[in-house]
Amino acid sequence: MRITRLPLTALRRLASCLFLGLFLMFGPQTHAALAGPLEDAAELFARDSFSDTAKAIELLADSGAEQAGPAIEALNDRRLFVAADKTVYFRDATGAFIALVTGAKLPAEPSGGSGVRVNNRIRSAINTALGTLTLQAPDPAKRRAAAEAVFKSRSPDSESALQAAIRNEKVAAIREIQQSALAAIIATSPNRSDIDRLAAIEVLKERGDREALTPLNQIPDSAGVNVKDAAKAAVQTINNRLATWSAVQNAWYGISLGSVLLLAAIGLAITFGVMGIINMAHGEMVMIGAYATFVIQEIIRQNAPGLFEYSLAIAIPAAFIIAGTIGIAMERLVIRHLYGRPLETLLATWGISLILMQATRTLFGPTNREVGAPAFMSGSFRIGLIDITYGRVWIVGFALVVFFAVLALLRFTPLGLQMRAVTQNRRMAASMGIRTARVDALTFGLGSGIAGLAGVALSQIDNVSPNLGQSYIIDSFMVVVFGGVGNLWGTLVAALSLGIANKFLEPFAGAVLGKIALLVFIILFIQKRPRGLFALKGRAVEQ
Amino acid sequence: MTLTRRSLLASSAMAAAAATLPAIPAFAQSGDTIKVGILHSLSGTMAISETTLKDVMLMLIDEQNKKGGLLGKKLEAVVVDPASNWPLFAEKARELITQHKVAATFGCWTSVSRKSVLPVFKELNNILFYPVQYEGEESERNVFYTGAAPNQQAIPAVDYLMSKDGGEVKRWVLAGTDYVYPRTTNKILEAYLLAKGVAKEDIMINYTPFGHSDWQTIVADIKKFGSAGKKTAVVSTINGDANVPFYKELGNAGIKATDIPVVAFSVGEEELAGIDTKPLVGHLAAWNYFQSVKNPANEAFIKQWKAYKKSDKAVTNDPMEAHVIGFNMWIKAVEKAKTVAPDAVIDAIVGVEVPNLTGGISKMLPNHHITKPVLIGEIRADGQFDVVWQTKDLVPGDAWTDHLEGSKDLEADWVNLKCGNYNTKLKKCG
Repeated sequence: MRITRLPLTALRRLASCLFLGLFLMFGPQTHAALAGPLEDAAELFARDSFSDTAKAIELLADSGAEQAGPAIEALNDRRLFVAADKTVYFRDATGAFIALVTGAKLPAEPSGGSGVRVNNRIRSAINTALGTLTLQAPDPAKRRAAAEAVFKSRSPDSESALQAAIRNEKVAAIREIQQSALAAIIATSPNRSDIDRLAAIEVLKERGDREALTPLNQIPDSAGVNVKDAAKAAVQTINNRLATWSAVQNAWYGISLGSVLLLAAIGLAITFGVMGIINMAHGEMVMIGAYATFVIQEIIRQNAPGLFEYSLAIAIPAAFIIAGTIGIAMERLVIRHLYGRPLETLLATWGISLILMQATRTLFGPTNREVGAPAFMSGSFRIGLIDITYGRVWIVGFALVVFFAVLALLRFTPLGLQMRAVTQNRRMAASMGIRTARVDALTFGLGSGIAGLAGVALSQIDNVSPNLGQSYIIDSFMVVVFGGVGNLWGTLVAALSLGIANKFLEPFAGAVLGKIALLVFIILFIQKRPRGLFALKGRAVEQ
Repeated sequence: MTLTRRSLLASSAMAAAAATLPAIPAFAQSGDTIKVGILHSLSGTMAISETTLKDVMLMLIDEQNKKGGLLGKKLEAVVVDPASNWPLFAEKARELITQHKVAATFGCWTSVSRKSVLPVFKELNNILFYPVQYEGEESERNVFYTGAAPNQQAIPAVDYLMSKDGGEVKRWVLAGTDYVYPRTTNKILEAYLLAKGVAKEDIMINYTPFGHSDWQTIVADIKKFGSAGKKTAVVSTINGDANVPFYKELGNAGIKATDIPVVAFSVGEEELAGIDTKPLVGHLAAWNYFQSVKNPANEAFIKQWKAYKKSDKAVTNDPMEAHVIGFNMWIKAVEKAKTVAPDAVIDAIVGVEVPNLTGGISKMLPNHHITKPVLIGEIRADGQFDVVWQTKDLVPGDAWTDHLEGSKDLEADWVNLKCGNYNTKLKKCG
């Protein structure tokens, strides 16, 4: 049965809405009667234009046919094809080829199949269609995603399906999203009564997050004045709430930036702060840690893909050992000859940093390397009105763990004691039987190893490229000097306060000016207190 | 395109080191060869982008020699390393021309490096082929711009986003790195959007320092800007290293291309190689070439490139194609002029047509820019691009944009007017 498409579309949509209900009750045996929309959809798909594809998706979604959902999903994953003879078919999850119109399995893949093209517009249409189709899926996660998709699309076509879903929904949290989705549709679509709209605005106000602002800002012009006022008031209320939360958000961003600064600076706090070596190659140790992570992940990808989730855990000791060993080699071969000559040390370590960078470039190529994130580090969760990403939480935690571990190591272990002894009074320590040369090497190795640890964390948020270290060296020195040379607590306070100050400045001054303002502040601060926030007192300082 | 604070320091040291090294000629003998200069950074921050351009030039010269060279002579590549150091670019350019007596030079990436070598090429009257998309507002007799001018990249991308297929964007974030290319491009775009009836409060402009790595605040701002009820898009002129953390943060913040699409002018196949692109599917880039373009010429080039790099993972990108076009144009012009003398080649090359890799024929125009197709691609899960839109015909490069005061009256024509900035109102040059 072929019907002309245009005049009947609206009627058919109505019918198919009914049919969707029927279909849900009676199951797939009804689909044969609906050959019309499926054939039309197939014809539209074959035209290879985004507008026609969008129409075809609508037809498919409304058709209620059993294969509609899988076909739309297939389109999303580019598994929907048009053969040379214009047969439209898709590959399902099992790898079988299914004809779109009949829903029957094809004996073999038709020849000359080319994938139906997808762009953002089509992807939005797919999300709307799939959202409507999966509103009552058995899996709660799917239902939630479907409700969110409908909320975003605000398509009036989804309304009846949404109402059915709200009636059947048992989980309160999902029902709430569904109700806000329904409210978004009512608030934004034309031809609604003002009373309905006011109720919908109330629901959206209740939801109260940033996403709720979009429909509230889209009340059609046909709505009454009181509706528009109510919407304006709701937007105001939500904006006020958001403003309060944005302070919390800035603080969190600041802590998270501070933790990155802290990680990058702890190693330097030891080599520069405790040992007094101006180590320009510090950034390159961070880079080596990041590359170690990359290499470990590559090995795991090739040999034991099952271990990928643990790749960062494996990379932590590896990065520490590799960066630490290179640090020890640096100290033994170059730096120990230059103790007491800061200018020569500066130049030598700078030279080493250039050599390390170019060596990495030769070895791994100049382009960025991809370090993947394990599943537990991707995604985000929501506290109140701010989204917090898991990756950042892990980095903050990791920075604090490393910080306290280093603190404990310096304070409570024999090695830590020897380190402090040697840096405070080398000759006295030597007289007490401490092998100062060995302690020097180990201390420098420790600082470098910790820089390597920073590299593991930074590989998650920054480029893994030969230039990685350069962007952190200035920041690291800034933190250590600001916090007070030789004082680990100072480093912690400095990193966090610089991070937070930066993030509170940025919204007003912009990223460029914010950074300049911070640098100016530190220069002035150092003028006033040359030894930083927490100055070490005692004879060692006077040298 | 990246310039971290310390890299300036670093590169000046490398400059000192590099200056003492002799240039590396690809062939030992000289005399009966035609020398071609390659001026791309092989160390320092720009090495990430420029190293492949050096390789592609070596490959093209190699190919040409296999075909019998040029005018009966072999070509000889002279590679120098300006080490991402802008003043060193000028020094190395001078070395190429005076010491090595190259017939033409292929090189530069950043606008600042191009500006730094311009006086040298003018003074010594030699030829530079510049392969990167840039901000326009320039036309020099000695330079041939084979990359895109703003009207071959930025403007069509904005047009696409305003169209129905692009999502009918009404609100715009112009985000860029803080230097001349993004600032000029954004100025042009802002003027263009305002002329198209976009309200001032629907445009947000944001600049970040080179190598910016903490994008949390800016991504949150973009999200906030995008929740005003109008379809929002980000036009990104963010450069080099800063892109990876930017895209990672976008992915983390859950901004999908269907919510707020990001169209980038400096992100190609090479840059995406360092990111997990699955969360980025659907974000866009505007170029004149994509590796995924299906075309026999392109497929042959990719095959040749992979064989040359001995790696199946080697990717091709837009500036590489620009060098292919520029090199072939130069060869044709030299054959036409029957000499490599710069003056003769400069006169001969205008009007020369060579096939590009996307199936069209590019032509050198009197303003020393070329005709190119404009392609909009969406990022795929595998780090390649799907072309979702392209211009029907090739677009001629416009040196002076029509959307800025002071620039719209200017015209460049090196054939009839012999002038790079002829003012059509005042009827005079300069």
